[in-house]
Amino acid sequence: MKRRDLGELALRNLREAVLRNSLTTLGIAVGVASLVAMLSLGVGLQNLATDRLSRSGLFDAIFVTPKSNNPTFGRAETQAPEPTGPPKPLDADARKKIEALPNVTEVYPEIRFPTEIHYDRNPYATVVAGVTPSAKTDGAFDGMTGSFFSGPAADEAILQIDFARQLSPQQPNLLIGKDIVLRYAERQALPAEPGSKDSASAGFSIVPREQALRIVGIIETDPAGGFGAFGRGRLFIPLQVAETLRAAQTNDLRDLLRDGPSQRNYESLTVRVSGASKVKNVEDTLKQMGYAAYSLLDATRSLTLVFAVFDLFLGIFGSLALVVASLGIINTLVMAILERRREIGILKALGAADRDVRRLFFVEAGAMGLLGGVSGVLIGWLIGRAINFGTNIYLARRDLPAISVTAVPWWMVAAAIVFSIAVSLAAGMYPASRAARLDPVQALRYE
Amino acid sequence: MPTSVSNNGEAAIRLQQVTRHYQMGKTLVRAADNVTLNIGAGEFVALLGSSGSGKSTLLNLMAGLDRPTSGKIFAHDRNLAEMTSSELAQHRTHTVGIVFQSFNLLPRMTLEENVELPLRLAEVERSERTGRVREVVERVRLSARLTHRPTELSGGEQQRAALARALVNRPTILLADEPTGNLDSATGDEIMLLLREINETLGMTIVMVTHEQQRAERFAHRLIRMGDGQLISEGQTS
Repeated sequence: MKRRDLGELALRNLREAVLRNSLTTLGIAVGVASLVAMLSLGVGLQNLATDRLSRSGLFDAIFVTPKSNNPTFGRAETQAPEPTGPPKPLDADARKKIEALPNVTEVYPEIRFPTEIHYDRNPYATVVAGVTPSAKTDGAFDGMTGSFFSGPAADEAILQIDFARQLSPQQPNLLIGKDIVLRYAERQALPAEPGSKDSASAGFSIVPREQALRIVGIIETDPAGGFGAFGRGRLFIPLQVAETLRAAQTNDLRDLLRDGPSQRNYESLTVRVSGASKVKNVEDTLKQMGYAAYSLLDATRSLTLVFAVFDLFLGIFGSLALVVASLGIINTLVMAILERRREIGILKALGAADRDVRRLFFVEAGAMGLLGGVSGVLIGWLIGRAINFGTNIYLARRDLPAISVTAVPWWMVAAAIVFSIAVSLAAGMYPASRAARLDPVQALRYE
Repeated sequence: MPTSVSNNGEAAIRLQQVTRHYQMGKTLVRAADNVTLNIGAGEFVALLGSSGSGKSTLLNLMAGLDRPTSGKIFAHDRNLAEMTSSELAQHRTHTVGIVFQSFNLLPRMTLEENVELPLRLAEVERSERTGRVREVVERVRLSARLTHRPTELSGGEQQRAALARALVNRPTILLADEPTGNLDSATGDEIMLLLREINETLGMTIVMVTHEQQRAERFAHRLIRMGDGQLISEGQTS
């Protein structure tokens, strides 16, 4: 029998016992819905965690230091081949070379220096940190009051809430739009002494400077910018502004002794790559270039493993309902064989082969699986929406930002429907084979 | 007591020492017992006998709905006893048409859909189906009833619809199991006239199982009587 005829006959049969078949299909739909709801929760939580972690810059960032500065964090040093010779300086040239590496999206130094702020004629000691422009879009400053810097070179500042409370204990938010003065120590290289062959002996001087800044935002939490970046600051300014200030930092004295005053080296650089999967290659390249490099790759792998196990268990629990539903399919089709015994006999008398009868029952089971799968995905998605809705009401009552704890990606929709059809076909195997084996003479005698 | 009957024409069906035994508990039922029989092409044969004589068993064996315990059954020189299950299905689709006492129309289908069913099974192109259905329904004079369901048809109309369904794949052999058994006398005669007309105009071989000797004598060419699974007599009608 041709496929189209088979499909038409199967649908006609399904329509004949519409109540029973609908209930069976609903059983499958509930099974698929529970599976989809469970998995969507697992995937949603995983997305939430990985999204937050990737925004934190922990998993797509590599912390680079000169060889002697490497903080190994108690780990084995490196697997990449080690070049020999003196440690390579982490200077402007090195930064450019690193920026040119494939898959590197951003390279920025850690600029953090202690300073004094003048506001309303009062001095306040604090720590300034330079912030990259990418922080605006990667979510590091999500949830802040006010706005991000208007440009990479804007003379603007964002305050951490604790520091803002020092400036204005009662209403820190009113600081937005106010001006402050940043007092800092600028490092100025001294000209080489006349007759000296070594310009390095000239050293540098420290000059007090002031910079006016306008407060544009206040952030409640410590903004995440990857380890070695702008975390732990109390007052944030654009990185470009911070670099032009040439403020003296803690490693300046060491640079003076090692490289000379004209050589301005970075204590560390944070290298952001286009994805966590690219970290390993870039990290190895950096090590081959002669720098110490460290990333949190292992932590990413552990996280993926934890969520894979979590999803597996959720999937198993979700599948249990589908197993129960498959018993419903077997029951429905076995009952259908009893009811349609004579009809099967007639079909065989008219020329239907065993294979035709088997395929007819298979198509009926598959159709119930398809319909149940599609409905189940829809119900599962709605359950996910309800979970999100309830969660966000709860979070709103606690003044927390809205999140999405469930997610139904396209692969899950396709997999759930395919799984539903596969389970239905497997459930239909026994009834279909039993129907195909019916003796037509006996079946025609059946009343 | 003869155990074989034959005619001299070209054989549409040949049974050679066909036996069909059933085990019913500890009892062995000999539904067909060493039957040898030739049915010529274009013949109209009536198988007569009381209930349990084995005539329906013999018809089922000729239809390929059942397999013999031993012996050979040839339909146009192809041995049904050696056919696979799917070959037997092909035999039922293309070589034989079957009519039952209880009509066996599918109640949820219209007359047209019931008649079209064998065409679906034979994988006949859709474009050809409507014409074939109309042609055969016209032959049994049911054109006005195409969209009716079996429950909306009289007994005679249902049997004519079943006859149309049996003919739609243009088989060479028509097997009828008590085709008038559920009909009144006049309607039964109508069906018999239709069978004779089909036999005469299409040259189709007809094997009919019946227990109505008088009607069989009026319409069939040859009567074969069975008892206890064996052929006990045969004779040409006048």
